[in-house]
Amino acid sequence: MTLAHATAAQDRGAATAEAPREFLTFTLGSEEYGVDILKVQEIRGYDTVTRIPDTPAFIKGVINLRGTIVPVVDMRLKFRLEQADYNVFTVMIILNVAQRVVGMVVDGVSDVLQLSAEQICPAPELGGAVGSRFVTGIGTLDARMLILVDIEKLMSSPEMALVDTAALH
Amino acid sequence: MAIDIARFHQAFFEESFERADAMEQALLQLDVSADNGEVVNDIFRAAHSIKGGAATFGFAAVAGFTHHLETLLDRIRAGQRAVDAGVVELMLRSADHVRGLLVAARDTREHDAELSATLQRALQAALSGDAAPADVAAPSPMPDVSARASGWSISFIPAPDLFRSGNDPLRILRELAELGTLRSELGFATTTPAFADMDAESCYARWQLQLQTQAGESEVRELFAWVEDECELRIEALTAQAATAPMASAPAVEQAVAALVDVAADAAQAKPADKIVPIAAARPASVAVKNPAAALDSSIRVSTSKIDGLINLVGELVITQASLSQFAQGLDPLGHERLLSAVQQLEHTTRRLQETVMSTRMLPIDSVFSRFPRMVHDLAARLNKQVRLQTVGEGTELDKSVIEKIGDPLTHLVRNSIDHGIESPEDRLRAGKPAQGTVTLRAAHQAGQIMIEIADDGRGLSRQRIIDKARSNGIAVADNASDADVWNLIFAPGFSTAAEVTDVSGRGVGMDVVKRNILSLGGQVELSSVEGAGATVRIRLPLTLAIVDGMSVAVGDDIYILPLSSVVECLQPATVQIRSIGHEATVVAVRSEYLPLIDLHRCFGVGAPARAPQDSILVVVEAEGRKVALQLDELLGQQQVVIKSLESNYRRLRAFSGATILGDGRVALILDIVELVRSAGRAAAA
Repeated sequence: MTLAHATAAQDRGAATAEAPREFLTFTLGSEEYGVDILKVQEIRGYDTVTRIPDTPAFIKGVINLRGTIVPVVDMRLKFRLEQADYNVFTVMIILNVAQRVVGMVVDGVSDVLQLSAEQICPAPELGGAVGSRFVTGIGTLDARMLILVDIEKLMSSPEMALVDTAALH
Repeated sequence: MAIDIARFHQAFFEESFERADAMEQALLQLDVSADNGEVVNDIFRAAHSIKGGAATFGFAAVAGFTHHLETLLDRIRAGQRAVDAGVVELMLRSADHVRGLLVAARDTREHDAELSATLQRALQAALSGDAAPADVAAPSPMPDVSARASGWSISFIPAPDLFRSGNDPLRILRELAELGTLRSELGFATTTPAFADMDAESCYARWQLQLQTQAGESEVRELFAWVEDECELRIEALTAQAATAPMASAPAVEQAVAALVDVAADAAQAKPADKIVPIAAARPASVAVKNPAAALDSSIRVSTSKIDGLINLVGELVITQASLSQFAQGLDPLGHERLLSAVQQLEHTTRRLQETVMSTRMLPIDSVFSRFPRMVHDLAARLNKQVRLQTVGEGTELDKSVIEKIGDPLTHLVRNSIDHGIESPEDRLRAGKPAQGTVTLRAAHQAGQIMIEIADDGRGLSRQRIIDKARSNGIAVADNASDADVWNLIFAPGFSTAAEVTDVSGRGVGMDVVKRNILSLGGQVELSSVEGAGATVRIRLPLTLAIVDGMSVAVGDDIYILPLSSVVECLQPATVQIRSIGHEATVVAVRSEYLPLIDLHRCFGVGAPARAPQDSILVVVEAEGRKVALQLDELLGQQQVVIKSLESNYRRLRAFSGATILGDGRVALILDIVELVRSAGRAAAA
């Protein structure tokens, strides 16, 4: 079931305030994104998801993650990428954001990168598919360009419809 | 090396609140006429423990006040003070105040010093005022506050092993000196050995102290709180009155009391079994069952979060075990005999483990019932009624989460029974009933549910008054409405038949809230009444909120769970039973009732149903008195499912009350029948 069992985020310690930060990179279509590794709980293969009636299409449903019910969103559907296939290579990043656990389906997970402060440029006005509000900066490493996303802010934003807000009811 | 004493505070408060509760319960058992020896001992022990703990942790207000209560109890225990209703009332108020002081100490708030002083005076008055006739000569042991002494003469004789408990008499003397001018005289016991034979760790010294101060006795006594049990302590006022003869007899009384305590302690040590029997015999049967258990049980305190963690883990284990079993079923039994028998064994053990862990969350309903004797006592006194509370089946166990939520609705119902149900003593006598009314609380297990009954033998519900009241509130009622329908009106919002609004009840909020609370717990309420003979409210509740009996059903490829408690019947309708109304709505005729038909395929967006209604299965469900028929594809089975929250990681969903994990590890959603029925109603109204 589990492809890779990432070390629990907390175990890595929080003693990296000044040190280079680590990012988990993943791809959505042709763009490469990075999220703070401390928000990532684990990476899993895509597996049976229970559909929830009457929810937006990008909410794939809920899964059983060792006894807890965890919602799964497909970022490819959310950002209207052309293709969203589910096969043995499809992966789910399990995130730990805002005291919740959320699964996020992406095209692929690349690697974990260290970026020092000088490798991170401020965010431009355009934020790729994700939207500039959630982009914290652009990371550059050799020829690669990473869009760094504030995943906590994104996942708890009303447009993801993952969190109860007064407006929803 | 400083010990952080604060980390013991929580345990102290937990225990003290329990003791305060125990004290209150015992106080309510005090019978004015009968011999109360054991009960008084119980109360005394509770008060003493609170005082001791409070002094240790430096909660002076609690310790100081409890000391006065303890003194009075001590007199009663020694038979020097008769128990009458006034004293019981005073002690109940004092017990409340002790609780209040504990709360203040816990929240580090200011305590109600004024109330402390008032009650303290009342306690002292009770002490000095009317001592039992047999003891006329006994003086007031506590000098009245009004005759405040100019100082105190203190005789302080530490026990030899005082040092071993880490106490330093000199520290006490230094603190005493801070209160005023201290004159001390050092002495030694007559049994003091020669210097060479002295044990360096024993205390042979004793002090005769004279303290000139404005401080009260309690303040002085407080300084000795740590060593109180390890010394002979005599504090006498230095005033002129204090020098008179009666004061001299105080030590005698104290010695007598001490002797009594010793005897009691010896008896307890010598024959523990014998000790229990008389207690049990002297009390109502229900208490008898409980008390020895409490005495013999060895128990530990565990935080609920740990138990919840355990329950979650066991839940996961059950799921893993189920998928293992499912996998093992596909194996050839011939080649895998040992594996298969091990899997079977695992299944057995897992089930037992789950039952055991679940039972750790179960508490006897007594923890709810125990709050009522006091409430009934106070309420009856305020309303000038005579009410006896009878409880049956306090040992019935149910889940802690249910217990926490059932308290308020029950309180409301009991209050209603006393306020509206039970008549005044005169009215009761006129009606040929005993002056004392009875309210009965009964709990029992019934078919996997718990049944709680609140019954009174009061005037019962008046059909005519309810109908009149409903009509004046603009609710239409037919003259020939069934009794059940009429009683149900009581649960309508804003309904109250009380002729006048009292501060107890009658404001018309309440019964609807009670009903809503109980429904939200997955329970039911029903009412029955005989005019003139009393009313009974019956509540049925699930034993736990963590598990539900479910029916798993298939809709398309998805599996859903229907709570079994709301399923009325399943049927395969004949074509003639299905009627469509207008373009959209369909109804099904079930025994002369037309029920709205909800097609779950359409409702859940699974696409068009594969079959026509008459070829598929209908499940009739009921909620809030309304029924609807759900059309689905298949009934898969019936099973207990563990309810998992959708909200902890996701959000509340309309139409689903939660989710569960099936044997194969998949998630299935649990339908919220109440919401489904409501939405059917809304669709019909639109």
